[in-house]
Amino acid sequence: MESTKSPNSGDISIWFFIGVLLTIYGAMIGVYGLWELATGAWKDSNVILANLHAPIWWGGLMLALGLFYALRFRPGKA
Amino acid sequence: MLEFAAALNVFGVLPQTGTSLALAVTSLAHLSPLDIAVIVIYFAMVMWIGFYLKKRANTSEEFFMAGREMTAWIAGLSFVSANLGSLELMGWAGSAYQYGILAAHWYWIGAVPAMLFLGIVMMPFYYVSKTHSVPGYLKMRFGQGSSTVAAVSFAFMTILMSGVNMFSMALVMKVVLGWDITFSIVISSLAVAAYVALGGLRSAIFNEVLQFVLIWGGALLVPILGLIEAHGWTGLKAQIIRNFPTQDYLHMWKGIGHFSDNPMGVHWTGIVFGLGFVISFGYWTTDFLVVQRVLAANSLRSARIAPVIGSFFKMAVPFIVILPGLLALVVLHNPDGSLMHLVGEDVVSAHPGMGLHSYNEVLPLMLVRYCSPGLLGLGITALIAGFMSGMAGNVSAFAAVWTYDIYQPLINKKAVDSHYVAVGRWATILGVVISIGAAYLVMSAKGIMDYVQALFSFFIAPLLGSILMGMFWKRGTKAGGFWGLLLGTLTSISLWAWVKEDPSALRYVAFSPDAKDMAENMYRAMWCFSVTVIVTFVVSMFSKPRPESELNGLVYGATKLPKEEPVPFYKNEWYWAAIAVVLFVALNVIFW
Repeated sequence: MESTKSPNSGDISIWFFIGVLLTIYGAMIGVYGLWELATGAWKDSNVILANLHAPIWWGGLMLALGLFYALRFRPGKA
Repeated sequence: MLEFAAALNVFGVLPQTGTSLALAVTSLAHLSPLDIAVIVIYFAMVMWIGFYLKKRANTSEEFFMAGREMTAWIAGLSFVSANLGSLELMGWAGSAYQYGILAAHWYWIGAVPAMLFLGIVMMPFYYVSKTHSVPGYLKMRFGQGSSTVAAVSFAFMTILMSGVNMFSMALVMKVVLGWDITFSIVISSLAVAAYVALGGLRSAIFNEVLQFVLIWGGALLVPILGLIEAHGWTGLKAQIIRNFPTQDYLHMWKGIGHFSDNPMGVHWTGIVFGLGFVISFGYWTTDFLVVQRVLAANSLRSARIAPVIGSFFKMAVPFIVILPGLLALVVLHNPDGSLMHLVGEDVVSAHPGMGLHSYNEVLPLMLVRYCSPGLLGLGITALIAGFMSGMAGNVSAFAAVWTYDIYQPLINKKAVDSHYVAVGRWATILGVVISIGAAYLVMSAKGIMDYVQALFSFFIAPLLGSILMGMFWKRGTKAGGFWGLLLGTLTSISLWAWVKEDPSALRYVAFSPDAKDMAENMYRAMWCFSVTVIVTFVVSMFSKPRPESELNGLVYGATKLPKEEPVPFYKNEWYWAAIAVVLFVALNVIFW
């Protein structure tokens, strides 16, 4: 496979945009999940399987992926 | 089993009044500020990309072809994402609920062989000829006549498809959030019009890749949590068999020996030859909406490997689309604890206020079931992203075909390059406006997927016949190409009108009175494909062929393909295509 970078498509790679968005979403959702866990709000949740705390692990996964892409493809990185 | 009051809590259902389901449920859920923030950030991001890429869309090559600078991965993901619109997400989740795992045929045999054929066999001709579009290829091969037929029919189909996408998105917003349909249509169309008109194809492609990631990020949680609730795949199968002992929802091939043996009313010949060959090859190899993404690749090797990359992701999509539909068969319950039965749009419309849900609402219902604040916003954003990628794909392809294949050859041949870029930008906006009109037309259609399948066979199947005859038969002539395409298209429309007027004609068109809509579409596609090929052949034999020297770069056997640099096996398109074939066969055997 070829490099995933698109050097001629402008200064910012699409993967950087994706990384930024995933980082923001991961942080927002993960923090909400932690708040839910800390306050016990998940017990009053309207969703099925709230006891699995999906926002924490799903948000954490998105945050990790987002940070990886945002740093790996940050503008100006050789 | 859940009581109604519990269901209100568990599903997040918010009735207009708290007293009765019959008093019209306004929406399935209310968004929290966190959900709204997720959606707003998504819109801000797509607009940022559009504005950022505006400076890279100054020439027609940049605006319409993204400067032909896309890597294999970006082209491949965009190739799949442009197709992963509202119909994929909502329509096929609903179809999986309605027809079971049979719906996965549209992802596997209905896509993978054609994608591999495009990458390995056809792409060199599209790429080497340096065409800007599929009608553009026909112009070089068969002349202006067939190109115009293809361009006009494509433009028509594209706008209608865009309308379907808009309507689907607005429907989700209405069902899930209670938003007004017109409001949803206007907001999404403005965003798409803005970022495509600003950044052209590059902006559409970049956003499609972003949307692809978001669709997976937002939708993947539903099957994961659904499988946990259903006690895994084995538990899901056991519950489906227990709940529906007379229906076969779990086999892809076992139940299609006869039209009446399966809920879809299809026969394996229709699946293999109609869907697996004519419709699938027609869509994935000749529909400019998807081919345009691959034409934007930065080299022939990238262009060849992009559809191969796309085929792997296409094989995985049933996990987020078909599986939720199957899960809904066992996890969705009515307030009284009985199994919920979703119905067609027509039944919902005929019984307003009854709290009925249509097949197309499967995915929103599942999202609301499992997703807490933030995740729900992400899931809704995934749906919006799907709708927008589909719309953007249609609109950017429409702008290119309108400008290159209709406006330039027929209206204004000798304008400067910047004029055509301006025409492309205005065509983008005009395309969105016409699409909005089409969206309101679609509202009266019975089923979204059936409608689209009918459209496919109107235009795509004859186009496939024409392209294949042009690309693989040196003797094909200008007159043969034109008349073949024209009569094939007219045949398709005539057969459709015949069955519409006289439903008993189905026994001739689809070889069985038991055939249903989708089977009819498949067989109609085969008929019109055959007419195109036969007419092209016969007329060509009676007209003068072009000298072989003029066919270089256009026809198999008359083209000297550029020599590609040797690469390690793991970078070779043949290697990955072979793995895709093995995976494809394995999936069909496993779910036989």
